[in-house]
Amino acid sequence: MTIQEIQQEIVEEFSMFDDWMQRYEYMIELGKSLPLIEDEYKTDDNLIKGCQSKVWVHASLEGDKIAFTADSDAIITKGIIAILIRAFSNQKPKDIIEANTDFIDEIGLKEHLSPTRANGLVSMIKQLKMYAIAYQTQLN
Amino acid sequence: MIAIENIRKEFPILNRTVNGKPLVYFDNAATSQTPQPVIDAIVDYYQNYNANIHRGVHTLSQEATDKYEEARIKIQKHFNAANSYEIIFTSGTTDSINLVANGFTSLLNEGNEIIVSALEHHSNIVPWQMLCERTGALLKVIPMTQEGVLDMEAYKSLLSDKTKLVFCNHVSNALGTINPIKDIITLAHGVNAAVLIDGAQAAPHIKADVQALDVDFYVASAHKMCGPTGQGMLYGKETWLKKLPPYQGGGEMIAEVTFEKTTYADLPHKFEAGTPNICGGIAFGAAIDYMNNIGFDVIAAYEHELLEYATEKLLAIEGLRIYGPKDTTQKAAVISFNIEGIHPYDMGVILDKLGIAVRTGHHCAQPIMNFFCIPGTVRASFAFYNTKEEIDILVAGVERAANMLR
Repeated sequence: MTIQEIQQEIVEEFSMFDDWMQRYEYMIELGKSLPLIEDEYKTDDNLIKGCQSKVWVHASLEGDKIAFTADSDAIITKGIIAILIRAFSNQKPKDIIEANTDFIDEIGLKEHLSPTRANGLVSMIKQLKMYAIAYQTQLN
Repeated sequence: MIAIENIRKEFPILNRTVNGKPLVYFDNAATSQTPQPVIDAIVDYYQNYNANIHRGVHTLSQEATDKYEEARIKIQKHFNAANSYEIIFTSGTTDSINLVANGFTSLLNEGNEIIVSALEHHSNIVPWQMLCERTGALLKVIPMTQEGVLDMEAYKSLLSDKTKLVFCNHVSNALGTINPIKDIITLAHGVNAAVLIDGAQAAPHIKADVQALDVDFYVASAHKMCGPTGQGMLYGKETWLKKLPPYQGGGEMIAEVTFEKTTYADLPHKFEAGTPNICGGIAFGAAIDYMNNIGFDVIAAYEHELLEYATEKLLAIEGLRIYGPKDTTQKAAVISFNIEGIHPYDMGVILDKLGIAVRTGHHCAQPIMNFFCIPGTVRASFAFYNTKEEIDILVAGVERAANMLR
C-alpha cells in the first residue's frame, strides 16, 4: 500500500468512533502494535526533542525501503508515533519525504493537541522525514 | 468564612467551557486567574489615562505617574517594606532574580560560595550558575529529604565565612513545601551572607513581612496573585540596592547624562530603565488590594481546607502517590502526584479532555524530578476561588483517566 492509502485506511478506522474517548482508547490500542525499538537504540541520540514525554525512533534501510521502530514512556505518545510509523514504515525514502500529513487533522488528533504537544507531533514528523532524507542521499 | 459564590462571580473566565465541559482550573501555581476589579483597572488605564510616566508635565502623564507610584506603595505596605523606594518593579520573578544576580557580579570573587536549595525552580538556579561562571564563585546545594523538606542540618554545615549569598524559595513550585525561611535567613546572617527569597509561589497564599523576616531580597510575580503577566517586584533592603550597580541602562534610570559620564537616578528608578509596564504595575496594585480585601487569613484557611480535602480524596485512589511533605500544614495548596505505571503527560491529556487544567511535566524543576527518579508529576494547585465540587470532578477525572491508561 502507498503512504496515502494507509493514511486513508487510518482515517476510516478513526471515523468509526463517535467521541474523543473512543478515539483515544483506539490510539492507545494502536500504540500496543508499535514495532518496538531495540533497547540498544534507546539512546539520547535517538530521542526526539520537543515532547513532554520521551520518544525514541530508530530507522534502518531494508532494501530500498525504510523500517522504523520506536517507543515512548507515555502511552498516548506511543499511540501517536505508532500511527505515524504505520503510515511511513516500509516505504521508499522519496515517498516519505514527499508525503503530506494532513491525515493527522482528519483523525481529529491535531485539533485536540495544544501547541506544545503539537510541537511534539511536529517534531516526530520532522524526525521521520530527516531519516528519509538521510537515506535518500545514501541511495543516490 | 469565604463567600465563595460571590468570589467566583468576579472571575469571568470561570464561566467558560473547555472541550464542552465547565472549566476546572487547577493550574493556579503557574498563573492565577484575573478578577473583574483587576481587569477593570487595566481597561481604565487604557481608556482614561494612558501616558508615559515621570516625564510629562501634562495631566495624563501626571495621573499615570500618581497611579503607578500608588501601586508601588500598595506593594510596599503589603510586604511591609520600610520604604516605597525599596520596591522595584520588574517584569516578573525571573527578571527580579536576574537583576540581583547581575548586580552581584562585581561583588563576588573566586572562592566565594553561593548556597541554593535543592527545591528550586530553574529560574532560581540558572542565574546563579551564570553568576558563578562570571565570578568563579562556587554553587552549593542544600539537600532535601525523601519528603521534599530541606535538610537544615546539612544547610548549617554548608555555611561558612566563604558564603556570600543564599537563595531559597519560600514555597516550592513543584511540591508545595513551605520552607523555614526565617531560620534560613537568620543562619545566613550569622556568617554575613545576603539572602534572596523567591516568593513567587508563596505570595498568593502567605503575606510575607520583609522587615520581620529581615530578608535582604524578596521577589514575586503579579500573575500568580490575580494580577497581569509580565509584571513582578523585587524588594531589596536599601543598603543592598545602593550597593548593587544598575541592571540595564536607558531612560528613567539616569540623573544626568553627558558623553563623558552618566550619574544614576536614586532608588527605585536606578533599576527601572526605559518605559515600564505602567498598566501592569497599576493592575498589580489592584490585585493586591483585591486579595487583601478578601484577607490572606481567610484565603489561607480556605485553601488549606481544599488541600486537606483533595489530599484525602486523591490518596484513596489506588497506586496514587503524592510528592512533598505529608503534613499538610507544611505545604501550600499544591498537590504534586503520580499514579503508578501512568505517565503524567498521559494523565494531563485526558484531564484536559475533561475540562480540567493541571500542569504536567517537570515544573521547571528537573533536579527535583531526578531526585525522585520520575519524568515529572501531575500538579494540581488550588486558589481561593476553587471549590470542593471541582475537586470531586478532578478525583473522578483522575480515576477515569487511570482506568483508560492502565
